Amino acid sequence: MIEFKLPSLGADMEWGELLEWQVKPGDRIKRGQIVAVVDTSKAAVELECWEEGTVYALVAQPNQRMEIGSVMALLLAEGEAPPATPPPIPPAKTAPAVTSPVTPPMPGPMAAAAANATRRKASPAARKRAAELGVDLDSMPPGTGAHGAISIEDVERSATATRRPPAIDRGEQMRRAIAAAMGRSKREIPHYYLSEPIPLKRAAQWLAAENAARPMAERLLMATLLLKAVAVALKRFPDFNGFYVDDRFKPATGIHVGVAISLRQGGLLAPAVHDVDTKTLDQLMRELGDLVQRARTGSLRSSELSDPSVTVTNLGDQGVESVHGVIHPPQVALIGFGRVAERVWPIDGAITVLPAVTASLSADHRVSDGHRGARLLMALSEALQHPEQL
Amino acid sequence: MSTTQVDAAAIRRGVIEILQGIAPEVDGPGLIHDRSLRSQVDLDSYDWLHFLLELHERFDVEIPEADYGRLSTIDQLVEYLHARASH
Repeated sequence: MIEFKLPSLGADMEWGELLEWQVKPGDRIKRGQIVAVVDTSKAAVELECWEEGTVYALVAQPNQRMEIGSVMALLLAEGEAPPATPPPIPPAKTAPAVTSPVTPPMPGPMAAAAANATRRKASPAARKRAAELGVDLDSMPPGTGAHGAISIEDVERSATATRRPPAIDRGEQMRRAIAAAMGRSKREIPHYYLSEPIPLKRAAQWLAAENAARPMAERLLMATLLLKAVAVALKRFPDFNGFYVDDRFKPATGIHVGVAISLRQGGLLAPAVHDVDTKTLDQLMRELGDLVQRARTGSLRSSELSDPSVTVTNLGDQGVESVHGVIHPPQVALIGFGRVAERVWPIDGAITVLPAVTASLSADHRVSDGHRGARLLMALSEALQHPEQL
Repeated sequence: MSTTQVDAAAIRRGVIEILQGIAPEVDGPGLIHDRSLRSQVDLDSYDWLHFLLELHERFDVEIPEADYGRLSTIDQLVEYLHARASH
């Protein structure tokens, strides 16, 4: 019997609340399939299952708030027969209750299965909003979205009609989650910081020539080049790409770069772009655009939040010169970029003006030293001098 | 009243509508049309690209990257689109 547990979706996650199951007992599950939608203090997340098997029992109930590692479901492995006598189903560990004015009734397993049969189509963000407002999606008429999908607006209209107060203050919760993770980072991680201005004349020229030949929808942004260059540099310095767990460094198996994305309602998320070193700039451009969009509409997948192996933050768009970030535990490094702007730059005794960016590294001194960090930044600078190879 | 004036007003409404689609917090009447948009609205480089792309699709105007630099205010955007949009 395989136990499907609630994964950690980032260091700042304290609990997860099941919004709904997308599978029912008897369903076969493929690797990577989305099986449930879970709410955290930051976002509604589509939970993927990385095991293959058949659903035997759903342990967690909708609206139940769980600790990380709680058993959510039991699966039968390939070829495994259902047990003759049903195993005792462990109750999912319920996280300390955060009192909420709306306590929706907890349907039993049968009710949940029955609800599945007539489930309304809705985006994860709409489901989340429905849970916040205590709206039962299945009792709503078809929505105004594509194929009758229920949108956030439909949910809000329905909630206003029934006059239920919102259950939780999302901004407050996100602030608390960020406070806990960043507090832990600064208590536990001995940070060191380095920064270096990087000339971008060649990168900017290459980008301008490239974009001049492309239709608008396929143009690249400098941010994409910076992201790829980080991955190229990390490939040479793998001791900045991984996790510090159980008092030692564990290198990551791929370069999964968490990209800090600010949310319009405040707060931020840093979901991962996977295997950045192996992707083309076009692929990265598409994936980044998609990720920004989904982070803001609240439809991220669990793998994007649980496994970034390093973080990149780009505050240049806000106009600052440089950023010295706080590492996202258990990661061991964060690379920051300020704004790309023209600067006075001496070359061979002459003064020139060229575009440049200040790159910074915040790194964990338990894992690396300044000397290594300096070489990483040099490798990053070098990668950006050969944009055609990115 | 010439048709071009009407068109310019329609373009202006379209620009603000698209902007609000990307940044829902934008207060339309509060925008200052001859001041840099990005100093008034929180738009990162992805949002900006997305914004220009939607303008391109709505008004069928090709905007070369070389022109991005002179499109920072709503007035500039409207003038640019108005001069190039097919009437």
